[in-house]
Amino acid sequence: MMGRAQLIVGGVLSAGFVLAAALSLVWVPHDVAALNIAERLRPPGGAYLLGTDQFGRDLVSMLMVGARSSIAVALVAVGIGMGVGVPLGLLAAAHRGGLLDEIVMRANDLIFAFPALVIAILITAVFGPSALNAILAIGIFNIPVFARVTRGGALSLWTLDYILAARVAGKGAARISVEHILPNIANLLIVQGTIQFSLGILAEAGLSYLGLGAQPPTPSWGRMLAEAQTMIYTAPRLAILPGLAIVLMVLGLNLMGDGLRDALDPRLRRVAR
Amino acid sequence: MRRIQIAALCLALGAGHALAAQDTITIGMVLEPPNLDPTAGAAAAIDEVVYANIFEGLTRFAPDGSIVPGLAASWEVNAEATTYTFHLREGVTFHDGTTMDADDVAFSLNRARAEDSTNAQKALFSGIDRVEVLDPLTVRVTLSAPNGNFPFNMAWGDAVIVAPESVDNAATAPVGTGPFTFGRWVKGDRVEIARNPAYWGAAPALEKATFKFISDPSAAFAALMAGDVDAFPNFPAPETLAQFQADPRFNVIVGSTEGETILAMNNAQPPLDDVRVRAAIAHAINRQDIIDGAMFGYGTPIGTHFAPHNPDYVDLTALSAYDPEQAKALLAEAGQADLNLRLALPPPSYARRGGEIVAAQLRAVGITTEITNLEWAQWLEQVFKGHDFDLTIVSHTEPMDIGIYARPDYYFQYGKPEFVALMDQLTGTTDPAARTDILKQAQTMIAEDYVNGYLFQLAKTGVADARIEGLWANAPTQANDLTAVRWTD
Repeated sequence: MMGRAQLIVGGVLSAGFVLAAALSLVWVPHDVAALNIAERLRPPGGAYLLGTDQFGRDLVSMLMVGARSSIAVALVAVGIGMGVGVPLGLLAAAHRGGLLDEIVMRANDLIFAFPALVIAILITAVFGPSALNAILAIGIFNIPVFARVTRGGALSLWTLDYILAARVAGKGAARISVEHILPNIANLLIVQGTIQFSLGILAEAGLSYLGLGAQPPTPSWGRMLAEAQTMIYTAPRLAILPGLAIVLMVLGLNLMGDGLRDALDPRLRRVAR
Repeated sequence: MRRIQIAALCLALGAGHALAAQDTITIGMVLEPPNLDPTAGAAAAIDEVVYANIFEGLTRFAPDGSIVPGLAASWEVNAEATTYTFHLREGVTFHDGTTMDADDVAFSLNRARAEDSTNAQKALFSGIDRVEVLDPLTVRVTLSAPNGNFPFNMAWGDAVIVAPESVDNAATAPVGTGPFTFGRWVKGDRVEIARNPAYWGAAPALEKATFKFISDPSAAFAALMAGDVDAFPNFPAPETLAQFQADPRFNVIVGSTEGETILAMNNAQPPLDDVRVRAAIAHAINRQDIIDGAMFGYGTPIGTHFAPHNPDYVDLTALSAYDPEQAKALLAEAGQADLNLRLALPPPSYARRGGEIVAAQLRAVGITTEITNLEWAQWLEQVFKGHDFDLTIVSHTEPMDIGIYARPDYYFQYGKPEFVALMDQLTGTTDPAARTDILKQAQTMIAEDYVNGYLFQLAKTGVADARIEGLWANAPTQANDLTAVRWTD
């Protein structure tokens, strides 16, 4: 029951942000590229629902476009993690106990041993700050997460009878992995994907807060927060609103991830009943 | 009435401290100096710690920008302005106890103009032909060409007098003649200085002073509010000044600086080597929007590389008036309808915030800019030394620095021969009226060539505890002169 409520609340929150981001592709209340100094620091109300920032840009539009870059960065980063991590995990599971398994998993341990955000800062410091490098940095640290989840899930499946039957029927390891293992660990991957997505949003916000993410003039939540810092006494909403957006988006995704796990995991479902 | 209320409040607040007048101060600075030797580094932060506090020159800048005697009590100049005779003060000693005499002056000047000198402003000394020690308190400087402005050169932080015994360690343990002696430098945090008991002049009111380095504007704000820092002479967050103005505990000091804030362009590289493109950029810029948006209204628009408070300033803002239509026409004429330029921005808010506004204004006339935010070290390496940039925003805070346009290897790479000739002529001119005339020609030449986009004169916005007096309101040079600073309670 709890899981259902979580799923709904989380889903609504996340969907709201995704829709706002999608909408910003075709329409925003005010153009965020055109600065309007005369209209700067307007309080909420009137033509500007949440007021304007220090450059006279509409805050609603800024948050909408900011959601877009956050979601895009997190989505691609999760894509990198899944695209590389899942095949690696399947490969390791297929060669369980073998040399390849060792190499893949120890390489994962190696990446895990580094603090992700610090390495992300290193990557952006070396290659220059940009949204692309932020994606790469976050994406690389998603790889071992997915590799482990995939390998863990796949290992238990490899011992099952129907896999043995498939092997007896002459199917190769690669084919078994794709045809029989992958569909059966999809639920794990979806849940993990949602969690990683929320972590990606958080990491993107952190990097752009430090000035290492999307570069101006592209709005991003983290940078809005950083720029509003010194104005926290004069115009607190400039810091509160992007902060709130980050919190709600991450909360929504986490709730959704939890809800999905409860809904998709057969063992948990039994307990709930 | 309001004034009385404030005074009453100050009294009430000050009552707790009334018994013992404070004699220590903590000064906030945005940047930490890379070293503490003003004769071997260009960073403004060096002078902001040591100028007039630890080191002194033959002459010095007064708070109003005029040149007054320093270690030289007086000087004479011949009619051609080629020979200067400096009479040194008696009984001046360095902090290590050695005597400051004419030999030290000769050593300092010869060291600064030497072939292998690492002085950041070698041009100040390039006119010196020879330095002669007449007696322990008299030095004669002979110039190779007339220079009526030589005492001005000697007032710079780069021209302070050092001793041969101690100068090798000046980068980390500066030994000067000033009213304060160097205490210690906690790297990454602060520099401490203490009153020099053997100072030749009037003893300063402060016993100890600490320069604390806080680069983050919001941390600077918090440090002032919490009382961790007593004064922040160049406060980095103009958006919070209204808050301080409304608070009776603080005094907001707004003055002028020598900082011409410019949108520098790489004159040596296409398409910016085309004067029409540079003119288009200049016309695309709305200065008032930048001053309001980036500096919250603090700043004076400029139309050339010259300080508006200087009597020789010519207002040339009309030459590059905001006119997007003309900018578009000029771009079309130059055949640059679809221009894409890089805009490198160092950390100060005038650059970061100003850069976003400039980018938007350029976009309005069809110029796309790609903004890169750089730290100072990267900026110095890539833009200033490497010349690898199209556009950048920076404030030139040295006084009377129009001469940089004569240097072809300076980062924006102008150095037009006519301009160089003009600067040579200026150096050789002593007549004030003739100097004014040349300076006006020079200002007009760089404005008509649209060398850079001239944005605004940086305001000095300082915040200090209301009980502190004696801080400089204006910044005729980069300095935090603490000689006259004292607590009033």
